[in-house]
Amino acid sequence: MLQTEMRTYYLLLVPALVIMGIFFVVPLSSVLWISVTDPAPGLENYTQLLTSDLIHRIWWNTVRICVITTLGAVILGYVVAYAMAQVSPRHRSFMLLCVIITFWFSVLVRAFAWVMLLRPEGPVNSALMGIGLIEEPLYLVRNELGVLIGMIHYMLPVAILPLYSNMKSIPHKFTDAARGLGASPLKAFFLVYLPMTKPGILAAAILVFIISLGFYITPAILGGGRVVMIAEYIRVSFDETLRWGHATMLASTLLFVVVAILVVLSRIVDLKKVFGA
Amino acid sequence: MSSHQFWQQFRYALQLGFAWMILGFLVLPMLIILPVSLTDRSYLSLPEHSLSIQHYQAFFSNSAWLSATGQSLLIASIATILALIIGSLCAIGCWRLSNGFSNGVRLFMLAPIIVPTIVQGLAYYRFWAATGLFDTYIGVIIAHTLVGLPYTIITVSASLAGFDVKLEQAARSLGASTWRTLLHVIVPGISPGLFAGGLFAFTHSFDELVIVLFITSRGIATLPKRIWEGIEDNIDPTIAAAAVLLITITFAVLLLGALFRSLSERASARRNQLAEEH
Repeated sequence: MLQTEMRTYYLLLVPALVIMGIFFVVPLSSVLWISVTDPAPGLENYTQLLTSDLIHRIWWNTVRICVITTLGAVILGYVVAYAMAQVSPRHRSFMLLCVIITFWFSVLVRAFAWVMLLRPEGPVNSALMGIGLIEEPLYLVRNELGVLIGMIHYMLPVAILPLYSNMKSIPHKFTDAARGLGASPLKAFFLVYLPMTKPGILAAAILVFIISLGFYITPAILGGGRVVMIAEYIRVSFDETLRWGHATMLASTLLFVVVAILVVLSRIVDLKKVFGA
Repeated sequence: MSSHQFWQQFRYALQLGFAWMILGFLVLPMLIILPVSLTDRSYLSLPEHSLSIQHYQAFFSNSAWLSATGQSLLIASIATILALIIGSLCAIGCWRLSNGFSNGVRLFMLAPIIVPTIVQGLAYYRFWAATGLFDTYIGVIIAHTLVGLPYTIITVSASLAGFDVKLEQAARSLGASTWRTLLHVIVPGISPGLFAGGLFAFTHSFDELVIVLFITSRGIATLPKRIWEGIEDNIDPTIAAAAVLLITITFAVLLLGALFRSLSERASARRNQLAEEH
């Protein structure tokens, strides 16, 4: 390629790099910067990670909710993706439609709908009481259970899509061969099929876990203020208590955790495939 | 039927049953919003005696809701156009350079997807306040352009991967300038990617809430922001009507996209067929 041509192609990158540089890199760097300079220069804010019981409790809450969400979404997603890989194309397109529609369904509206469904006087409780399964309405929302239901629901399509695209590429003949050689269906599944779906499981789990870590809207609406995850705590510390150093330290920590997970995993799986790039 | 076959079918049915139960859980929230928005009561509930469109009437006669819808449409449209232009140029540049630097650039452009939105919100708050972008249309449009950029770059890059470089080289060797080649050869060739990227960027901006909450105050109220405030403040069923309209617009955009894609695929299939016949 000619030198002048090369220059034109480099020029094409300029608008993107400029807008990202000014409006993304600068603001983000200042978050990192404030976390080590406010109120006084040094790593004082970060020492709170080790000493503050409140921060421990909130991080523990966040990680526990994210782990349960990841397990729930990947296990339920596996069942759906597995069925999708087995059924006829027509049947599959119906299933895929349900997944895609939910995928595009607004996170805010979904949280709102779950409050409607799960509140004490909502249809889920009425139905359970109607069939005589319970006497008193269950508290399904405005607590951690509500948050988990909402988060697993949000993450299910995120888990199903990579699982399904992985399973689609596994030919039936492998499990058929295992069965032909005398393996029981369970054995054929656990020893042959499951190991082959490991890349899909890993991709789904990373995506779900990383996205869950920064969740804000679902816990805020379905937790009813009782379930504080790290994102909500970041908002509180800058919006209500105005502790900028504290808020930026927490935000930086969240960012480090997400990037660290990605760096470790980029050595295990092809992240380009995970993000569809 | 042998018992072996019976168990095999039983297992298959059980497995499908589970899968459909999970899919039922998935679509359940969509089934509640519409009836609640049509309730005949004045509080959030399922319709008791009859269906009523009063809450839609309330939505369309309320200037605050209409203005929020208009603001969302305006912001999403402009942010989408900007993300498409900037993202496509970047994707095309990276595609032709395809060296270590351009691979790094492409990876770097994914950052707005990877960095948690709450962290971005906090970062923008400070910078937007310092530069006078806080609580302005331009401020939200810039933030939403950043939200859309990774998606346009991903989809356009995917389209380019299937695009024949020789077409571009042929146009250049026949004397077309870089810009002419870009406009008349590359852009038509990657139109499916442009279209998909535009849809992603638009729907993400139209639905985005966390960043808007951080970088706006009273001046800007998008549709998601007003719904959010409505959920916090009261139990007026107009929120349900607003929620139905929010998802209706999102799905209408996606449906239009699917329609356009199938039409353009059919047209290109016809072209190929004609080309083979001659």
